[in-house]
Amino acid sequence: MAAAKIVGWLLLALLAAAPWLGLGAYPMHLAIMALLWGYIYTSWSIMGRLGMVSFGHGAFLGIGAYGAVLMWNSAGVSPWIGGAMAVVVTVALAVLIGWPCFRFKIVGHYFALVTLALSEVVRLLIVALRDHTGGSLGITPKPALVGDATGSLAALQFSNKLLWFYAVLVCWLIALWIWRSVDRSMSRLALEAISEEEDASASIGIDVSRTKLQVTMLSAAMTCVGGVLYAQYQLYVNPETVSGIGISLQMVFGSIAGGMYVMLGPTVGAVFLLALSETLRILVGNQFHGLDLLIYGALLILFIIYLPKGILGTVLERLGRK
Amino acid sequence: METSIFDIFLLEAVLNGLLLGGLLALLALGLNLIFGVIDVVWICYAELVMIGMYAIWWLHVQQGLPLAMGFGFGIVVVAVLGAVMHQFIIRPVLGAEPINQLLVTGGVLFFLQAAATVVFGVEFRNLGVRMPSVVIGELSLSSARMVAFVVAIAAIGGTWLFLSRTYLGTAIRAISQDRGIMPLMGVNPGRIYLLTSALGGGLAGLAACLLVLQYDIHPAIGLSLGPITFLICVLGGLGNLIGGFLAAFVFAQFISVGGFFFQLEWGYVIAFVFFIAMMFWKPEGLFAKRR
Repeated sequence: MAAAKIVGWLLLALLAAAPWLGLGAYPMHLAIMALLWGYIYTSWSIMGRLGMVSFGHGAFLGIGAYGAVLMWNSAGVSPWIGGAMAVVVTVALAVLIGWPCFRFKIVGHYFALVTLALSEVVRLLIVALRDHTGGSLGITPKPALVGDATGSLAALQFSNKLLWFYAVLVCWLIALWIWRSVDRSMSRLALEAISEEEDASASIGIDVSRTKLQVTMLSAAMTCVGGVLYAQYQLYVNPETVSGIGISLQMVFGSIAGGMYVMLGPTVGAVFLLALSETLRILVGNQFHGLDLLIYGALLILFIIYLPKGILGTVLERLGRK
Repeated sequence: METSIFDIFLLEAVLNGLLLGGLLALLALGLNLIFGVIDVVWICYAELVMIGMYAIWWLHVQQGLPLAMGFGFGIVVVAVLGAVMHQFIIRPVLGAEPINQLLVTGGVLFFLQAAATVVFGVEFRNLGVRMPSVVIGELSLSSARMVAFVVAIAAIGGTWLFLSRTYLGTAIRAISQDRGIMPLMGVNPGRIYLLTSALGGGLAGLAACLLVLQYDIHPAIGLSLGPITFLICVLGGLGNLIGGFLAAFVFAQFISVGGFFFQLEWGYVIAFVFFIAMMFWKPEGLFAKRR
């Protein structure tokens, strides 16, 4: 175990030093995206692995991304404050949806479909409010960098990729730490009992709805922050990339493909999906529009059928058996 | 005078909602049937409809087949697709966790959408058939929608007769009420599953025939139809055929009348918010019997 820990720290040190190994702009961009999606998938899996499979995290991601950009563009409010407001809205929404769901024991298919409706509502609202949001065309935060400036802390805009790399690295580490804390806390045991046998856990004095709600609020707030980071890094968002059915399914796929029952599983899923889509994009190019998505979809089907525990989950299981 | 024109438009919206309701009820029936029997929600159900629409367009416009033959082949294509979908994608995960079953159909959603993009491109396609409007007094209704409504209701009736009057139909209904009964009845579950999937696919194919008369075809059309269809099924109680039928009309009114007062997207937003609110009031479905 000690050896595994040392290896882990060494890998982390290597990751932190990676930008100094002479990476070009494109590998840096990929590293940032992998960490950012790793962060978002990890946020999703905090509730997903406890039996609350949400298809609605696109709603939280969308509120974060659009909340920060809209406040900055229309009222000149710093994304720090706009983002914080978006987190408050997101948590309120998570309670509004989560509380009745857990109270009335809406689980499984029903929970997945209710949350899916939520993410569609957010996507449609973004499109319907096109006078403010730009509709399906998307929106760009007003540029804050003038002249030679490479960054504006108040506007949360940086042209320096190094800074973004460390920012998302820190967020990702925090997400892993939260994942671990939840994993080691009493509530994890409670929740595992819940996902197995809800009535039995209630009978031994576990407040089922409350514990579920706390985890949901945490997961939603973290996903919302991911939305803010995504919008500020990309400096462009549109309704399809941050909300609705597509991205919500992608989050679930990524987490499950990597393995949602192990800490680094969702991150492995993020790296895998990113590597897959980039490779296909380069190999296939743009001449066959949609071919990369076709292979992507086929691989996802094969993964769910043949590797239901995910990449990392399966690998760890094999290692453990030896 | 102004109010009377307003009322006419409102009446038109209500009637259009009714016509839309028939079509949505047909979509919900296929999905509900599959869920009731196999206990898997096909997230990609609307993508089957989309493939059906492309098949009809390809046969009629590209290959020059008469429209009626195009329709017939379209239905067969989607029915076969439904059976293939069950045999090669659902069957391997029947014993897996429910969420994996849901996700694998999500993978099919991406796959079919991408396949349509690769084969047919992202341009909007249509049959080029323009059906006239029917004018009654100051009311003007699309005849394509009226035909769709009548055919959809007839198909629902036909499916109902099949389910209640035939041996296979009775077996299907029995299974959707009590899965344990299957071996007792001496039916082969695999065959019933396959048959139900093909029937569900056939209904999707029929819906494709009706939709292709009204809407342009696009690889992403399933994304706008899909969420509505399964929300209707949940609202009516998953697997509850009558509940789904009624919920389709309720939902269609929200979309049509909501879209009349505001904008089309707002109609959907209102319908979705109504759905979420209803889930909390009657989580077992709008028309479930009180237990």
